[in-house]
Amino acid sequence: MYTEKVMDHFQHPRNVGEIENPSGVGTVGNAKCGDIMRIYLDIDENQIIRDVKFKTFGCGAAIATSSMATELVKGKNIQEAMQVTNKAVMEALDGLPPVKVHCSLLAEEAIHAALWDYAEKNGIKIEGLEKPKSDIHEGEEEEEEDY
Amino acid sequence: MKKIIYLDNAATTRTAPEVVDAMLPYFTENYGNPSSIYGFASANKEVIARQRETIADVLGAKANEIYFTAGGTESDNWALTATAEAYGAKGKHIITSRIEHHAVLHTCAYLEKRGYEVTYLDVDENGLVDPRKVEEAIRPDTILISIMAANNEIGTIQPIREIGEIAHTHGVLFHTDAVQAFAQIPINVDECHIDMLSASGHKLNGPKGIGFLYIRKGVKIRSFIHGGAQERKRRAGTENVPGIAGLGKAVELAAATMEERAAKETELRDYAISRIEKEIPYCRLNGDRVKRLPNNINFSFRFIEGESMLIKLDFKGICASSGSACTSGSLDPSHVLLAIGLPHEIAHGSLRMTLGADTTKEDIDYTVDCLKEIVEEIRSMSPLYEDFIKKQ
Repeated sequence: MYTEKVMDHFQHPRNVGEIENPSGVGTVGNAKCGDIMRIYLDIDENQIIRDVKFKTFGCGAAIATSSMATELVKGKNIQEAMQVTNKAVMEALDGLPPVKVHCSLLAEEAIHAALWDYAEKNGIKIEGLEKPKSDIHEGEEEEEEDY
Repeated sequence: MKKIIYLDNAATTRTAPEVVDAMLPYFTENYGNPSSIYGFASANKEVIARQRETIADVLGAKANEIYFTAGGTESDNWALTATAEAYGAKGKHIITSRIEHHAVLHTCAYLEKRGYEVTYLDVDENGLVDPRKVEEAIRPDTILISIMAANNEIGTIQPIREIGEIAHTHGVLFHTDAVQAFAQIPINVDECHIDMLSASGHKLNGPKGIGFLYIRKGVKIRSFIHGGAQERKRRAGTENVPGIAGLGKAVELAAATMEERAAKETELRDYAISRIEKEIPYCRLNGDRVKRLPNNINFSFRFIEGESMLIKLDFKGICASSGSACTSGSLDPSHVLLAIGLPHEIAHGSLRMTLGADTTKEDIDYTVDCLKEIVEEIRSMSPLYEDFIKKQ
């Protein structure tokens, strides 16, 4: 059900861990739905993401999207990191099964949440960045019942 | 091919070679339609009659009370909808539990949309239905009680004898979904006052696509599949003769080895449970420790999610299942685990391993060894575990 790239990132996740005294940290998702992602950013004075780490509670796709998202933002400046959308993460993984698309949204949201934390700590504004929702499933439509 | 350790026997089982052998002639030589007049088809009539007898004997029932179906799901659908229709004039109230299989729960939801009322009984933290609560739920318009014999996820064995007695005393029909329990634990339809019982072939080393519904003589029941006069005009469609031959053989084998198998599986099960509890911290056994199917192991591991565990077990050649949302195709984890009171995040981290006749102690040791590593590995990636450790 998963692509080779997803399986590779699931089996060998990149950038797992924590950063002490991070420039920004963001946690999104909720345990109720089975996914929580936390991303730590270490950003230098030139607003370049020097290091990034993640921890994720979730399925194979959640772990793989976290891993890929950290790879995509590492070494970028914060404006470039804003371009790492869920679509970009999905494409980099050669796609996700439809029921797992929300995992890539969560990865995007986790990056944004960490950037938001960084922006708040430093009193700056990042263009295009909105205050992250704590729960990505908010407002999601209920499954239709059919009997 | 690497060795597969198959610990998902509650999902389905390997068709036993003897069963395949029993089926083959009904594909190749005796392919006639049992409803035909000529002698060529008579072997087919004969095997159906014989296997009906085999199954009836195991349940303490009569042969003409066994109706072949396409499996457990059809049997459950049939038992509920047809009873609802046939007894609708008496009342429109049905009692069941929150931990039934979806074949029962979704049929109940279907009936609710058509004017029936359903009481879903809560279960305790081990998944047991309290017979007193069954009795309290009975109303003058109650027509059916449907409580499973044993749960497919957590293996809890329900007090069906007590529930059957209560149903009988109050003149209410009693159906039990015995898909997981039939030929795994002894069930006698008279002792338990069972009016209807669903079972399936592929859970007991029989073929897929065949099962039966036991219907006690005297129970009014409408047909569910309409057409020809097969199965005493109650279940139309040309009989699945190879399936019936295979089911009968599987039941014969399962019944003959039940005691020995249960003893062996119980020992392995308890060995696995004790190793996991001793060696993996922050876990919880789901389901009753004693009133439990011999082959069922179900644990929740805190701070981790089930699907990742399953994929990592799969890398090691181990087949198991989980009640996590990711494996159910929805956002909600197993309704059974929620019904026994587990919070969502703990329900997501569940793992079910169901043993089979071929499972060995070496398989269990290898599995627990792998599981230890996997749980530790996934926890090291978990933000929930990180928070938990920091709080300590």
